[in-house]
This record gives sequence, structure tokens and C-alpha cells, in this order.
Amino acid sequence: MSEHLRIGFIPLCDATALIVAVDKGFTAAEGLDVELVREVSWSNVRDKLNIGLFDAAHLIAPVAIASSLGLGHVKVPIIAPFGLGVNGNAITVSPPLHAALHDAADGDIRDPLVSAKALARVVAQRKGRGREPLTFGMTFPFSTHNYHLRFWMAAGGVDPDEDVRLVVLPPPYMVESLRSQHVDGFCVGAPWNSVAVDLGIGHILHFVSEILAHAMEKLLAVRQRWADDNPDVLMRLVRAHRRAAAFVEDTDNHAEVAAILAAPNRIGVEPEVILRTLDGHLKVSPGGAYRDDPRYLLVGREGAGRPDPIQAAWLYAQMVRWGQAPLSAEMLAAAKSVCRPDLYDAALAEAPASGEPSPAIGAFAGPAFDPNDIEGHLAAWTIKRDPAN
Amino acid sequence: MAPTLNIVIVDENPIRAAILEDGVREAGYVRVTRIAETSRLLARIYAIDPDVILIDLENPSRDVLEQMFQMSRAVKRPIAMFVDQSDTASIEAAVDAGVSAYIVGNLQKDRIKTILDLCISRFNAFSRLQGELDRARSALEERKVIDRAKGILMKAMNLTEEDAYTLLRKTAMNENKKIAEVAQSVIMAAELFK
Repeated sequence: MSEHLRIGFIPLCDATALIVAVDKGFTAAEGLDVELVREVSWSNVRDKLNIGLFDAAHLIAPVAIASSLGLGHVKVPIIAPFGLGVNGNAITVSPPLHAALHDAADGDIRDPLVSAKALARVVAQRKGRGREPLTFGMTFPFSTHNYHLRFWMAAGGVDPDEDVRLVVLPPPYMVESLRSQHVDGFCVGAPWNSVAVDLGIGHILHFVSEILAHAMEKLLAVRQRWADDNPDVLMRLVRAHRRAAAFVEDTDNHAEVAAILAAPNRIGVEPEVILRTLDGHLKVSPGGAYRDDPRYLLVGREGAGRPDPIQAAWLYAQMVRWGQAPLSAEMLAAAKSVCRPDLYDAALAEAPASGEPSPAIGAFAGPAFDPNDIEGHLAAWTIKRDPAN
Repeated sequence: MAPTLNIVIVDENPIRAAILEDGVREAGYVRVTRIAETSRLLARIYAIDPDVILIDLENPSRDVLEQMFQMSRAVKRPIAMFVDQSDTASIEAAVDAGVSAYIVGNLQKDRIKTILDLCISRFNAFSRLQGELDRARSALEERKVIDRAKGILMKAMNLTEEDAYTLLRKTAMNENKKIAEVAQSVIMAAELFK
């Protein structure tokens, strides 16, 4: 008899491995009868996973960590045996802000350090003229988008809490908010940056892969307890995802994958827009300029499927840096243990990849990240908050 | 009862919001504001300065409310969601019904519990109503289909209305199908033979 599972997801390109695993029958081949449930908010995905309405979920990595640490919400230990996506976000700005950054830049604004310093100058000019601070949209208080925006602008000298406003916006509302000038820019996953460019209301300023070479984004998340109670189902789920990720990464399959994702009950946008994300070939300005980065979104490649505790440590360090979490060795250990490469290895009956070092975070600024020295990471920055109590 | 709480209902569905507002008012709470349009939601909520915020789970703006936890310096009072480790049954019932509550300030738990229970029952009642409405609609649709099929059979086979219906029913029984399904096939066949 096949096992019935309910899995929640948010309509984003980094749910690809999950959607393909189900819609291409890879989960069915493992004897799993998966019902995919499209959700509208990360709060819903988190709550429904936490209370057991979902068996598993497409979850933004910092929410899994926050839930395990009990930050901002109920403490429910969450683990991830599979990584659904690495990178894939982008920072998009309005045409006026793009022009202002261009004018203020001391060099090529495609370089994130140049653009961040240009932002600092634009912020100072606006302050001098008594204008409202710039407003940036991101998806959730505990989100990669929040941390990516903050990391980028703070490296240029912009204090994300004092100099600009950061507001939470649900991904499907980002584009409308940019059009109505409620925000001057945003950081969000695919396909929303491309949608803004196509409408002529936004310029993609940076792919997040330019800010951090390797940034864990979404996880296949389950409750620790559910994993303990259903070890065999978990293994089958991981195997189906691994097959799906390999299928997605074969460029010959991109058109088919884009068609699957474009369905109204999946992501529901034009397949061509999704294809740009999969191909890493993105239109970045309404004028028609394209930028290529095959590492724009990684699904399974470069070890993206194998959840990396170092990535969890980096995200925890950002929570501490911005005053969302206290700094403690216990919390660091709890954050790291959200990522379970051991379960990934067990499911695939592969020898643990201990010989291969994890890919580095590869940030464009600051010293290399040491997952065992969060204090050292924080000491490298002047713009930061006091850790939470 | 202390009906002085200031309550905000965030729901894009006007009927459900009205049902909920009625319930809250019946329970003696008179300061109730409904917000259907969710642009600049936080600013509007800060202006109203509510004690309790009720939001439906189909509303993507729930994530916007979560930001209030992180921005305590922007609000006058602390904000908590109606969840704590000891009360999982309540939150399960609420999420299942499709509603969530955020509490501003330090309200007594039993007071918010009353409101949340009320939300749950009103949301469930709304779902039942919606279900009945859907069923009534599809029953009406089925009747239309059956009437059309009867008309086709009467004309093509020169039957009375009663005989046409009997034929549909007999075929449905033999084929182990619903009468409406057989009627649909009749219509489709008639379209093909046009």
C-alpha cells in the first residue's frame, strides 16, 4: 500500500525538485502518494508543518532554523534531509534607484561592493535633502532575502535598520509594490525578479550568487519527530528528490520542467520566464540586457541537495548579527543540526562525502566564514545589533 | 466581560469577515474594524492600534504581520501570536479552521481564548455554508444537464419526458454511474452527431 503524504509549498522556482518529484512520478515510484498543497505564506507553511497538517514542506532555510530554536514562535525541532535549492534570489531595484546608483557609483555597479557603496551615497544624499528613507521588500523576518539584503548593504556602510526601511512583502505582492512605489527595491526568489523586469518596472541589480557564492535557500523540511517515526518513508522521499534534482539539472529537460512548473496549480507563470531561471540566462533590464550565470539557481549540482550544517551556521550568525537570536554554543549546535547530510547519505547508500570539503560561503566582503567562530564573524563588522537576550 | 478590546479583522472575503464581525459584536465587543485591502497593512494596523488581530490563513499578508514581532520598537506594545507551547489544541483547531490570531499587549489568556473559539466556530460555519452553496450549485447544474439530455432523447427517440428520464436512470443503474454523468454523455454524443 502506498503511503499518503501532504507536502506544502510556496509557488517559487526553487520548489522545482519537489514539484518534479511528484509530477514526474518519482515519488509514486517510491510508493509514496504525495498530495502537494500550494500555500500563500511562510507562516502558514511553518504552522501547518509544526502541527502536523503537513508531513513535509518546501521551507525557507532560516524558518526551519528559527522553528528549531524557538525564535519568534513555538519551538518545534525541524530537520532537513534534502536541500531543495542553493542561490536563486536576486535584488531588483526601481528604474529611478537604478539610475541614482549608477550616478553615485565609483566603478561598475555590477560589482556588489561598488553598488553597496553607491547605495550609501544615495542614502546620504536623500538624508541631506530631508527625503523619506528608501524602502526595500523582503519575504519574511527569518528569511535569506532579509539576510542577503542586509549583508550586501551593510558591507557598503548602510545600516539596514537605521538608514533604510525593510518591509515584509509576500513574493507575489513584490512586483505590485515596486510598481506602486511602496518599495524602491526588493530581494526575492525566482520568478518575481524577472516578472518585474518584463513589466519594465525593475532592474535586476544583483543575483545573490554574486553576493554569496553558495547560499542555502530552501529545504525539504520535516518535523524531527515525524522523521523518527517514519524513517523508511523519509529515505524514499529523499531518493525521489535526488532523482528529480538530477532530472532538473539535465539541460535537455529544462523545457519539460518549465512546462511542469508553469501549471496554474504549481507556479502559474509563463514557462519562458521559468526557463530563464533554470538556464541562468536572465533579462536584467527592461531595455533588454541579459546576464548569464549558470550558478544562478543550483538544484542538486555542487552538492546543493546535501544539506550543509555550515550554511545553517552562517544563517544563525546573521540572526545573531541582526539581534534576532542570542549567541550561544547550544543554539549554534541546534541550528547546525537542522541540516542532516547523514540522512541524505543514508538514503542514497552513498559513502559519506567526508573527503569533499563543503563549498565555501564565498561572500563578496569580509573574512572567510568559520562555522565554529561566530564571534569572529561578528567582530568583522561594525554595523550590527546587540544579540537578543 | 470587558467589551473594551479593540479588534481588527483582516480578511479579503467580505462575507466571511461580516460573519466574523457579527459574532465578535454579539459577544459584546464593539470596537471592531475590518480591513479587506492589504496594501500598507502594517501602517494601518499601527494607526488603529488594536489589542487583537484576526487574520484568515488564505491571506498572504500573514507574513507581513509576523514582521511585527521583529519591530517592537515601531509599535507601542509587545505583540504575540496566539500560540504557546501549552495550548497546541487551540492553535491546531484554529489553523484547521483557517484563522489565526495575533495579540497585542499582555491580554489575559482566557479572554483571547473566548475570541479565538468564536473565530473557529464562525470560520467552520462559513466553510459549511460554502460547502452547502457549492453542493446546491452543482445540484442545479446537474438538473440542467439532465433536462437537456431528456430533451435530446425525447426528440431523437420520440419519448415522453417520463420515459426519457426512466431511460437515463436505468442506464445509470446498469452502468453504475450517476444520472448526471449519463446525461452528460448523451449531450456529448448529440453534439458529435450534429
